Amino acid sequence: MRVGLFVTCLVDMMRPSVGFSTLQLLERAGCEVVVPPTQTCCGQPAWNSGADTHCQDLARKVIDTFLEFDYVVVPSGSCAGMIRNHYPEALKDDHTYHSRALSLAKKTYELTQFLVEIAHATEFSAKYKASACYHDSCSCLRELSVREAPRQLLAKVEGLELKPLKDSDVCCGFGGLFSVKYPEISERMADDKISDAKDTDSSLVIGPDLGCLLHLAGRAARRGETLKFRHIAEVLANCPHPSIGEGT
Amino acid sequence: MTQNPRAFREASKQAVHDPRLKQALGRIKGHFQLARRFASSDFPDFEALRDQGAAIREHSITHLQPLLAEFEKSVTSRGGKVHWARDAAEARQVVIEILKRSGARRVTKGKSMVSEEIGLNDALQAHGIEPIETDLGEYIIQLRHEPPSHIIAPAFHLNKEDVAETFRGAHRNLDPSRDLSERSALVSEARTMLRAAFEGADAGITGANFLTAREGAALIVTNEGNGDLTRLLPRTHIVVTGIEKVVPDLNAASVLLRLLTRSATGQPITSYVSVMSGPHSPELSDGPREFHVVLVDNGRTRLLGTPAQEALRCIRCAACLNHCPIYGAVGGHAYGATYPGPIGAALNPNLLGISQAHHHPNASTFCGRCAEVCPVKIPLPTIMRYWRAREYAAGLPPLSNRAGLGLWAFAAKRPQLYRLITKLASRILKRLSRDGRIHALPLAGGWFAIRDLPEPEGKTFMEQLKSS
Ligand code: SF4
Repeated sequence: MRVGLFVTCLVDMMRPSVGFSTLQLLERAGCEVVVPPTQTCCGQPAWNSGADTHCQDLARKVIDTFLEFDYVVVPSGSCAGMIRNHYPEALKDDHTYHSRALSLAKKTYELTQFLVEIAHATEFSAKYKASACYHDSCSCLRELSVREAPRQLLAKVEGLELKPLKDSDVCCGFGGLFSVKYPEISERMADDKISDAKDTDSSLVIGPDLGCLLHLAGRAARRGETLKFRHIAEVLANCPHPSIGEGT
Repeated sequence: MTQNPRAFREASKQAVHDPRLKQALGRIKGHFQLARRFASSDFPDFEALRDQGAAIREHSITHLQPLLAEFEKSVTSRGGKVHWARDAAEARQVVIEILKRSGARRVTKGKSMVSEEIGLNDALQAHGIEPIETDLGEYIIQLRHEPPSHIIAPAFHLNKEDVAETFRGAHRNLDPSRDLSERSALVSEARTMLRAAFEGADAGITGANFLTAREGAALIVTNEGNGDLTRLLPRTHIVVTGIEKVVPDLNAASVLLRLLTRSATGQPITSYVSVMSGPHSPELSDGPREFHVVLVDNGRTRLLGTPAQEALRCIRCAACLNHCPIYGAVGGHAYGATYPGPIGAALNPNLLGISQAHHHPNASTFCGRCAEVCPVKIPLPTIMRYWRAREYAAGLPPLSNRAGLGLWAFAAKRPQLYRLITKLASRILKRLSRDGRIHALPLAGGWFAIRDLPEPEGKTFMEQLKSS
């Protein structure tokens, strides 16, 4: 199957290793992976800001770029959720693009869900010696109903002890532009998440969304915590890169 | 009480750093979240009940005219009277006229958010009528001259020590050395004070959780039974409520009651459900001689036909507040409006005007927990986003935000330009990093106020892919 990989704007600029890890995982799952070079951003910041025209323009571009593939895979719950749930809504008055948005929505998947439910690939002979907890992103949980897939994948990682995180369905306080509009509220939410993670005695927090991870890692660094943060694709692909915020 | 977006940022900053408030809000989890979880998982098919509830409410708000007409007819046939108020001012005026005509000087009140919405207490006082709140939480905040901070637990922002302090200050004729360290002592002191108020009241004002069109009844649920005393003891009983509270009949209301109590406090049913359907009839010994229902529109019909219409389905259970991480961090007062939290975010831009209330729909990460627990399945984040679109279209976000978004979108639509900018940006960010992170950047105060930015790799994914 031909898979279009949408790396997302954050991964492209801040953490390419997540993109390469995803690419590797998809190829090992037997997919023919194409990375369209004209991709940029899914338009979520515009959508969440109510800037509908900007969002519609970007949505149409993403549709033009990715409609040809059998599947589109995104290493992010929030960007996958944007395409799956909000493109059809954003383009509901566009007679040409609405039906295209619906067919793109049907074939777009968040990485872990795709690996488990579509590619049926869970074995990547990954090794990671650490005790870790998993931070579900809200969009994975509530926009895409992804809960088991990442846990199933992480259970196969040799040396990794996954500890249950308290209040794992509670938001970490990122919320895109929310994190800069209301930093103090965002801070409280991040601090709660960080203390819950520390309470598990884990040294590592794994997540499916780079946005949450940059926010949490940035806050943890500011507080002087030693907790490490990684995207799930990196853990599954044995990515040799230092963890987020540990330099290069 | 109306605030603006800037005031909200200030108030929320203070709120998150207030240790007493943090302690009070810490009770949300045990008090409400776990209780709701048990109550909903206890019920055989809670999801089906939610669907049923949503359908009843959707039917009701899309058939308001015939249902309200039927309601009025039923109330009138029993000797009650229905009054219509287009806005808050009309509603206050109607209530005051009824009270003046009956010569009322003191009124007892049951908890009513609509009464808060229309600012009834201040208006009563201005006309020389003394309102006495009889719900324990409302009584406490009335003594403190504060608005409610939660739609079903008005004094939720207070700890029992705060309440003891308030009582000592207010009940000066009691023994100053009395022991108020236990909740039960506080409750019994309030009971004693309130009993006197009930006896001397000329009129009682309550809200309503539901109005049933067929029976012409107003239903209220309480846990203290104060609703019954408020409506039964005085000569005159006035129900003040929103027009959207109407449902077809008692059967429909009973489905919603099951949802309401489980979603609100996790109880299968509250301690008291009062059904009020008219003035006292000759064969009954008690009950009011006059029964009035004041139906308040105050912008509700304006929501019909808009993408925010579904907010009218709300049954004010507060589950969305109780599961909102923003509400849980800042509490109700920071919002500066009668309705805080997600339901406030859905209602306030219409109620107060978008320019006064655009911070409400922005005070959300769109985490979606509110919609997940809402018993009548209101798509709260979708409605908040609709208001953000209205805000954006009205040019309300600061120019710097709009210009930033515009520039970013301009580049994101042009892949070649975008590649160039991101290539440069990631090099610059890499240069500025120390120990794996960036500590500050100009024009990014919001991010760096509380966190660092982890160091980027220095070359974008697209660049690296090309050269690999
Ligand atoms: S919006 Fe839903 S959850 Fe919130 S108060 Fe209303 S009915 Fe309850």
